[in-house]
Amino acid sequence: MTAVIETEGLGKRYGRRWALHDCTVSIPKESVVGLVGPNGAGKTTLLQLVVGLLTPTTGAIRVLGERPAGSSSLLGRVGFVAQDSPIYEGMSVAKHLRMGAYLNPHWDSELAAARVTDLGLELDQRAGSLSGGQRAQLALTLAIAKRPQLLVLDEPVASLDPLARREFLQSLMEVVAEHGVTVVLSSHLVADLERICDYLVLLDTSHIQLAGEVSQLLTTHYRITGPRRDARTLTSSQHVIEESHTDKQSSFLIRTDEQVLDPSWTVTSITMEDLVLAYMGQARDGERLRNSGLKVVS
Amino acid sequence: MIRFTWLQFRMQAIVAGSALAVIALVLAITGPHLASLYDTTVIPCAAQSDCSAATTALSDADGTIQVALTFLLLAVPALIGMFWGAPLIAKEFETGTYRLAWTQGVTRTRWLTTKLGVGVVASLTVTGLLSLMVTWWSSPIDTVNAKFFDPLVFSTRDLTPVGYAVFAMMLGVAAGLLMRRTIPALFSTLAGFVAVRYVMNSLVRPHLMAPLHRVLAINARSPLDMGETPTGFQVTATTRGVLPGDWVYSNRIVDNAGQAPTTAFLHRACPLSHASAQVNYETCANNLAARFHELVTYQPQSRYWTFQWYEMAIYIVLAILLGGICLLWIRRPA
Repeated sequence: MTAVIETEGLGKRYGRRWALHDCTVSIPKESVVGLVGPNGAGKTTLLQLVVGLLTPTTGAIRVLGERPAGSSSLLGRVGFVAQDSPIYEGMSVAKHLRMGAYLNPHWDSELAAARVTDLGLELDQRAGSLSGGQRAQLALTLAIAKRPQLLVLDEPVASLDPLARREFLQSLMEVVAEHGVTVVLSSHLVADLERICDYLVLLDTSHIQLAGEVSQLLTTHYRITGPRRDARTLTSSQHVIEESHTDKQSSFLIRTDEQVLDPSWTVTSITMEDLVLAYMGQARDGERLRNSGLKVVS
Repeated sequence: MIRFTWLQFRMQAIVAGSALAVIALVLAITGPHLASLYDTTVIPCAAQSDCSAATTALSDADGTIQVALTFLLLAVPALIGMFWGAPLIAKEFETGTYRLAWTQGVTRTRWLTTKLGVGVVASLTVTGLLSLMVTWWSSPIDTVNAKFFDPLVFSTRDLTPVGYAVFAMMLGVAAGLLMRRTIPALFSTLAGFVAVRYVMNSLVRPHLMAPLHRVLAINARSPLDMGETPTGFQVTATTRGVLPGDWVYSNRIVDNAGQAPTTAFLHRACPLSHASAQVNYETCANNLAARFHELVTYQPQSRYWTFQWYEMAIYIVLAILLGGICLLWIRRPA
């Protein structure tokens, strides 16, 4: 598996605030990558660094082995739909397709035309008069018809109603199945990504909190419940991500590469949402500790 | 990229083209009349040696159109900067479409170079054609008026409007790129353009070439004007010895060292006569002539084209500098 995106100590600072800090991640080819994190976590910053709209303050980033937006050839191989799906409101749908054809070396006009027909868009309709869902679909069509090797979507479904959301993700999955493209899409809602992504990157408080294949993440994390006990009494191979206690019971979300052998535990598997929430909680605790000047013990 | 630029620019080009066509029509209808007026009234009058009536009639002909054309040629470059230049990048930022434009398979540098190229060619064509039409239409009037260096004439004929337009275009683009907001960029472009035009008009243009000097001896027949003014007794000379189309900077009475006569000297040289309480013109002229002469400082009419080229070149160079700044700025780390 070769990496499509590789970052090393990547950071982006605005004034004195780090929007993204010390981010090292490697995105494997032909995967659907979910970039999850709350609003303001740095998702847009990371994605704009990937497509070259931003340049890093520190560290390095390679996309398809090149510096982002460094050449027109690379730009032609990366499809991008920015947040809120920007389009030229005064231009017709047909003109948008001509724009794609004029500006992109691998433009697939048949694919574009077919998608526009399937979506029921009128060619001479002004893009400004499209509905939110149609607008997102038009923007996606422009990105897909480039025949990119990498497709980057920043909060593509955030502004869509549930139905449009499902249709959008469905058509996205069709494209992935048909063209074998690597997709990176961000969302602040895990539920959007749960069904479709096979690689997860969790970004919070400007740092990468978690990155890995979904199947592997779900088989190395468990929730264990049992009689109340202290976290320090767990075996050294079990890393506690989240804990909660009642008078009699303790519940831990742990990461471990080994099986849980202690029979006093009830072991349950977890969902991606559980996982994300646990890691986000951990990140917040860490942030609070850092801000209060306490030392983080990990 | 050029086809895409045209796709986006087509509507503006059509608007500009239609406006030009309307103006061309008006000028084509009225222009021949002016030319024939010149041929039938001004040319014959030269033989009769009194042309004042004919020339006045011609220079007043189609007054509204004359004023409108002057205003148009002063305004068009500013409008190009405001409505073609300023939104070029600012609007992309404002609507967020820069994220669409700069992630297509074309580098940002090429995107901007093409946009600038098309914008410059369009501004050049529009103002070039407009200036050509207006210069042709006004040529009988300009010949009669001979005010080639008058700022309102100099800036609205021949080459200068083209330089202004290209500069205004680039100024608008640069303002839009730095400010990222259309409306502030639009008004900054207007303010910047007016400021640069003012500075060029009043401070730079007179120094583009060293003026010529003409020395005229003073004698009893010199057209001197003498009398008391609020600042004391003064003598001035009516300008002569230059062509009507020359650009006269000053006409002063000075000595060999370049000094004007002092009030004390003038009181001695030009005493009031007791009888009439008037200055004796001849005494005064003769006394002045002993030490002083008239010095006319001017640019000859023959330098008109040199000044036109210089002026245009300066604006084009400024435009190129601004274009370079834009290209560097758009590539800078964001």
